[in-house]
Amino acid sequence: MPEKKITLSVSVNGVAHTATIEPRMLLSDFLRHELGLTGTHVGCEHGVCGACTVLLDGRSARSCLTLAVQAEGVEIETVEGQGSVDQLGRIQEAFRQHHALQCGFCTPGFIMAITDMLRHHPLESDEQIREALSGNICRCTGYEHIVNAVRELARERGPLT
Amino acid sequence: MSLHDHSVELRPKLVGKRVKRTEDPRLLAGVGQYVDDMAPAGMLHVALRRSDQPHARILNIDVGEAFSVPGVIAIYDATDLENEVRPAIPTSRMPDYYATPIWPLARNKVRYVGEPVVAVVAESRYAAEDALEHITIDYEPLPFAIRQVDAVKDDAPLLHEEAGTNTIIRREFKRGDVDAAFESAAVTVKGRFRMTRKTAVAMENRSYLAEWDARKQALTLYTSSNIPGVIRDVLSGCLDLPGTRLRVVAPDVGGSFGGKGSLYGEEILVCALARKLKRPVKFISDRLEDLSATSQAFDELIEAELAVTEDGMLIGLRADVIGDVGAYSIYPWTAALETVQVVSFLPGPYRMEHYRGRIRGVLTPKPPTGPYRGVGRPSSTFAMERLIEMAAGKLGMDPVAFRRKNLVNADEFPYRTASGIIWDKSAFQECLAGACAHVDYPNLLLERDEARRNGRWVGIGLASYAELTGIGSRISVAPGMPINTGTETSKIEIDATGTITAAFGIASHGQGLETTLAQVIVDELGCKLEDIEVKHGDSALVPMSSGTYASRSAVLGGGAATLAARVVKSKVLRAAAYLMEQSIDDLDMHDGTVTSRNSNRTMTLKEIASAVYSQMGRIPRDQREDLAASETYDPYLGTACSSTHLGMVEVDPETYGVKVLRYVVAEDCGKIINPMIVDGQVQGAVAQGIGAALLEEIVHDEQGQAVAASLADYLVPVATNVPDIGIVHIEADLPNNVGGFRGMGEGGTIGAPATIANAVSDALSHLGVSVETLPVTPDRIFRMLQARRDPAAAVTD
Ligand code: FES
Ligand code: FES
Repeated sequence: MPEKKITLSVSVNGVAHTATIEPRMLLSDFLRHELGLTGTHVGCEHGVCGACTVLLDGRSARSCLTLAVQAEGVEIETVEGQGSVDQLGRIQEAFRQHHALQCGFCTPGFIMAITDMLRHHPLESDEQIREALSGNICRCTGYEHIVNAVRELARERGPLT
Repeated sequence: MSLHDHSVELRPKLVGKRVKRTEDPRLLAGVGQYVDDMAPAGMLHVALRRSDQPHARILNIDVGEAFSVPGVIAIYDATDLENEVRPAIPTSRMPDYYATPIWPLARNKVRYVGEPVVAVVAESRYAAEDALEHITIDYEPLPFAIRQVDAVKDDAPLLHEEAGTNTIIRREFKRGDVDAAFESAAVTVKGRFRMTRKTAVAMENRSYLAEWDARKQALTLYTSSNIPGVIRDVLSGCLDLPGTRLRVVAPDVGGSFGGKGSLYGEEILVCALARKLKRPVKFISDRLEDLSATSQAFDELIEAELAVTEDGMLIGLRADVIGDVGAYSIYPWTAALETVQVVSFLPGPYRMEHYRGRIRGVLTPKPPTGPYRGVGRPSSTFAMERLIEMAAGKLGMDPVAFRRKNLVNADEFPYRTASGIIWDKSAFQECLAGACAHVDYPNLLLERDEARRNGRWVGIGLASYAELTGIGSRISVAPGMPINTGTETSKIEIDATGTITAAFGIASHGQGLETTLAQVIVDELGCKLEDIEVKHGDSALVPMSSGTYASRSAVLGGGAATLAARVVKSKVLRAAAYLMEQSIDDLDMHDGTVTSRNSNRTMTLKEIASAVYSQMGRIPRDQREDLAASETYDPYLGTACSSTHLGMVEVDPETYGVKVLRYVVAEDCGKIINPMIVDGQVQGAVAQGIGAALLEEIVHDEQGQAVAASLADYLVPVATNVPDIGIVHIEADLPNNVGGFRGMGEGGTIGAPATIANAVSDALSHLGVSVETLPVTPDRIFRMLQARRDPAAAVTD
């Protein structure tokens, strides 16, 4: 049953938003349908596929398992913050170079998860890369090209300090 | 070779290059547009109450307090729509076929758990789902047979009484005297193979949005379908709307693999409701609904037997197949698509004289089966390739040598298989040799044996198969089906600014056709890649199209693009010849510029287009023609595409988990348009085949309930389940079609289940078990080994 609405203030990709929403609204629905940021996708709405991955204060989270109100005061990053059609971000460019996407539906979730990985994960071997990627499902690519893209990005980054 | 031809040869071509995809930037930047990303003003949302009964009569539907939920607009069941829609009937010319009608909501009876019964329309999905909880449906449970072996029996309870039987398809292929072949055989092997039920699990769930334009009395359906043209044609009948007032658009689509390649009741529903309520109406499936109501796949029980001579020649094959088609036949494919292909492809790429393959397709209270990547052939290849390795084992022959002996040789093409399929020509032997060379097969055997000496359970398996791709009008994709699958149209226009729009009926949903078709056009027309805009996935673009499926779009779309580009080019050159005062034979266009062999004069496409369209009188009235063409391509026959897969696996003796250590695919896919995209297709398809072999299974329990409710239950491969795939491209002989392309989108899924089944059987050969059911999960391995140790205690499936 609908509950009393409450007011929420968040920052998404550095832009402040205030909205009045039902407390039960999922963060994925909030981003997609209230803010119109439809780059974040929903593939399972139960926390398994990772398509809805966003960053909350820099760490990856499943927006389908997060209530929008939990993000009060939080710095949210979504795929739209990574680059634009005429100026792709580095991870996006690597995905294009390595053909790491086909239908593109899982891709925003992978890009956000990889953003977190590159900041925090050693990613020293293919095995580690595959392990790190195994929280996201892609049904199209068979993962090999995604692994290739991440390998290149990890090499560019160098060892974690 | 003339000078002219020579210069053509030296020009850089785009076909064959790793061109980066034009569709990528929007998808990467998060601004792709999938159906659920659209939100027209005034949009309403549908949520569905689905059946929780496998087979029951609907006695009463009580909406209770549902209307008290704020935002609820309307609630409908089948009776409310009776006068709004006509059912879609997947008719078939096959004798004795019973075509179950497709309605948007269940009428009188429900026939599977997950079938839509009541639709709630509300201002938000949240409100619609709240309202669903108030609705009570009274059912009278009816008897049912959930397993195909029971449903096929004469006294089984009927799912569709009007059909008079559950067995809605019967088909038999035969050649020669198979029983005599078995009598004379030195060695026979047999098995009872089960390819369990799977589902496609595209990452984007099925999504539909219908908009009614009251001003024009016209409807637009945005759908995640990969067959928008077929949907337009059938909905025109269901909704009684002419094609001019009905447009079906597939925008960006998040994968299909066949699961979105049929008509769904929800598509009829949103259209009917948008027209009735005069507001946009959206339905977005969630994953539970996807697992319980999107078309499912395979689900065959194949009893098959192979007869071989002493020196290892195949002489006969007998098979009896029961296909579980679920509760309805699907539009437009009918229930014959999957089932009949199993027995028509069973003889595989081998030379064999005597065959009898029989299929019965039976109705059971489960979601309908429909197309899924590979269709029929993952099952037929699994059974046949297991038999091949079993026979090789019994003869004490190496499985590679045994295949080499029996694969159709180059000098035998065209070869007519025992079921009547014609292999035009394809590199059967070269694929086998290519896969073996890639892994250094003799050495790999030594590696395996060494691992075994160290107590490891390591095995090698192969699978060779052939498929028909890019099928033309000579054969339907499914026998007797109600649509034409043999043609595709391309419409190419150069506008007054000199840029090119190429429109197609096909509907790319991950294959990168916006890029590959543009590559084909660049080479044929001589324009710049960035000047081409490829349009697809919209029923308004061409008069008729059946869409993207069955490994046809590169062959048919690429062929049509080639034909249309040639016509447009001739028009450009005719205009240029006049404008440049040159003979047309001396002109050619490359990179958007027309040059002459006899002068230094050049003209850009932009200048020519401007002269033709915008500069009045530049070209005399009787010579002026629009720089446009529409061409339809029909390859008539299909073309064979063949492949050999080779894999090495290791079974963990403690957990019975299977790890794929090595995997290679050698395949002949004709002329390759974009190797990067082809590799991606192979890798993705192999991953799905590995999923089918090791992980994926839709299970219905004895109560008819679907056990898998989430992606935590229905497991699809993640990055750690799949190895790097070695790929060997063999472009031996180009097929005899326009462009020389073969289709290749499905092959990986066809070869991988058989390869993995063979490899796991090899790994367990010292324990005396053989894989006959897929997926071969740790639990199944445990039970096989248990049955071997203690036959009395065994629980089999
Ligand atoms: S949509 Fe959130 S994990 Fe799948
Ligand atoms: S690209 Fe389609 S699901 Fe990953």
